Amino acid sequence: MHAPAAMSASGPSLRQRLAARGFDAVTLLVLPAAIFSLLLFVYPFAFGLILSFEPKSGDWLANYQRFFSDSYLYDTIYKTLALAIPVTLLNLVFAVPVAFRVRLMRRQRLLTTILVLPITLGTVLVAEGLLNYLGPQGWFNRTLLTFGLISQPLRLVHNYWGVFVSLVITGFPFTFLLTLSYVTGIDPALEQAGATLGASAWQRFRHIYLPLLMPGFAITFCLSFVQAFSVFPSAVLLGEPAGLTRVISIAAYQAAFEEYDYSMASAVAMIMGFVQLAIVVAVLASRGLFYRGPASGAKG
Amino acid sequence: MAIALSQFNEVRLDRVSREFGSLNALRDVNLTIKRGEFIALLGPSGCGKSTTLNCIAGLLPVTGGSIWLDKNRVDTLKPEERGFGMVFQNYALFPHLNVRQNIGFGLKMRGTAKAEMERKVDEALSLVRLQGQGHKLPGQLSGGQQQRVAIARAIVIEPPLVLMDEPLSNLDAKLRLEMRAEIRRIHNELGATTIYVTHDQDEALSLADRIVVLRDGIVRQVGTPKELYEAPAHLDVADFMGFRNKLKGKVIATDKGRAIVDVEGAKIGGVMREPLSIGAAAYVAIRPDDLFVAESGENALAVIVDTAEYRGREFVGTAHTKGGLELVFRSSHAVEPGTAVQLRAGEENTLVFAEPI
Repeated sequence: MHAPAAMSASGPSLRQRLAARGFDAVTLLVLPAAIFSLLLFVYPFAFGLILSFEPKSGDWLANYQRFFSDSYLYDTIYKTLALAIPVTLLNLVFAVPVAFRVRLMRRQRLLTTILVLPITLGTVLVAEGLLNYLGPQGWFNRTLLTFGLISQPLRLVHNYWGVFVSLVITGFPFTFLLTLSYVTGIDPALEQAGATLGASAWQRFRHIYLPLLMPGFAITFCLSFVQAFSVFPSAVLLGEPAGLTRVISIAAYQAAFEEYDYSMASAVAMIMGFVQLAIVVAVLASRGLFYRGPASGAKG
Repeated sequence: MAIALSQFNEVRLDRVSREFGSLNALRDVNLTIKRGEFIALLGPSGCGKSTTLNCIAGLLPVTGGSIWLDKNRVDTLKPEERGFGMVFQNYALFPHLNVRQNIGFGLKMRGTAKAEMERKVDEALSLVRLQGQGHKLPGQLSGGQQQRVAIARAIVIEPPLVLMDEPLSNLDAKLRLEMRAEIRRIHNELGATTIYVTHDQDEALSLADRIVVLRDGIVRQVGTPKELYEAPAHLDVADFMGFRNKLKGKVIATDKGRAIVDVEGAKIGGVMREPLSIGAAAYVAIRPDDLFVAESGENALAVIVDTAEYRGREFVGTAHTKGGLELVFRSSHAVEPGTAVQLRAGEENTLVFAEPI
């Protein structure tokens, strides 16, 4: 009769108390991932941040002052946004109808595989391919010339649109796959209910699907945007790297490997990260305006 | 009551068929439903009852035949043009809209003026007894409340026809009985015309004015609950109506609509429900209530009792014959498992059917 009384006096052991809060031996499995991200993400990031405040000359903010006083540098933010935002929006607008169609298809796998190929090919291969295809001597221009539709080859690469097209091609599959998963996550009975209640196809999209998909679209936008914002190979290969497509990653590359100013390059990278973060936070914050619960009505 | 359902005389299904690939989900379904009727489509899963409902709603195109609302052909219309109210099995409430918005959805799509919409939604809410819950999201409601919202949403658009697809199958037993009564009350109060899909014969018997029994996409029998319960036309219908004992045998005599069937040497007499000639294979169907533990061997089978469950007023037993036939019976007194007894079939409610196709 004494033992239980003694136990209740001392209370549960430390191990029990930790377990009640969700800490037990299994928690240790987090360690490898934690070490991994510490070494490969947190450390390089902190290193770069500190490095950016140790310029070659001038006080600790000199790199940032130089960036925001030189239009050749700060314009890269605008130029990158001018590529990344329209590309991301276009991909999303393309992906939605395709996802709605694919959702109903039986051969979904095949189509998905075809659409995913550009991801596996990599941006450089796609850029090289586009150079050959859309270049002044490419098939596209030669075909149009042969049929007499144009008298001079169109300039489709080494400008803004070359980069734009390559970003659409490499970004679309990713945007599409994310969108598809959100679209298929919505109970088809909801649309059927809408139809029996008299909603036309457009009304069903506008009043049922769209509100339920908005949070998913926000996430898709963020991930696709971040990918497009860090464009580098296609901006160099297909764009005008000294002019209209001098994106922010080119500025960082030049600082690091042409001026050998790693401190400045780190500052550019930090600014790049901050711009991405600002857009992502703004988009995610706007999710609060929409319904964010589960996308099926019943409790199950 | 200001929710006034559209007036019409009848809905007619004329040789409606539906094929999925090579599979015939529905074959030549003919059915006429009069205004104000409560029709139950009853059958096991895969019998085509939900397919029928979806074809009427327009969610599945028919591959043959036609559907008529009086003189208007509706099977060529899109679901949104038919204006039938539908209650889905999982309710399909819009999770991002609150109760009022869910109920008002159909009115909004029709461009109903705001004041009128508010008034109708209020009436629908009071009809399903959900006053004061209007601001809640579906996720905050219990299963029974979600069910009520789904019903309110379907009837507030004042449809000529209300379609219900196993609406009670997601509820627990007690709530199911309660909502069953509610559905009938709402049907009566509105004077609605309802088509109700279910696999539960109790639901069909207690709710419907007429029951349509389907099997393998074919209408097997149409009739009032009383007709179906007392005089099922086929063995599979009888199976659904509680004839749990189906004993295979051979017809040895027929007389004025009655037949005597040889089941493992025992002679069992019953009412012939399908034309049978002497020597034909036949099934004797008996409800557990109509099998009595008896002394005499007349009209009876010799069996060994397997189990006997105490059910309060009576015992429910299972038994088997020498030939391995399984039987279910009821008894007012205890029977010991393992004992050999005679089970006598009641003369009135024993039915004889031909072999199923």
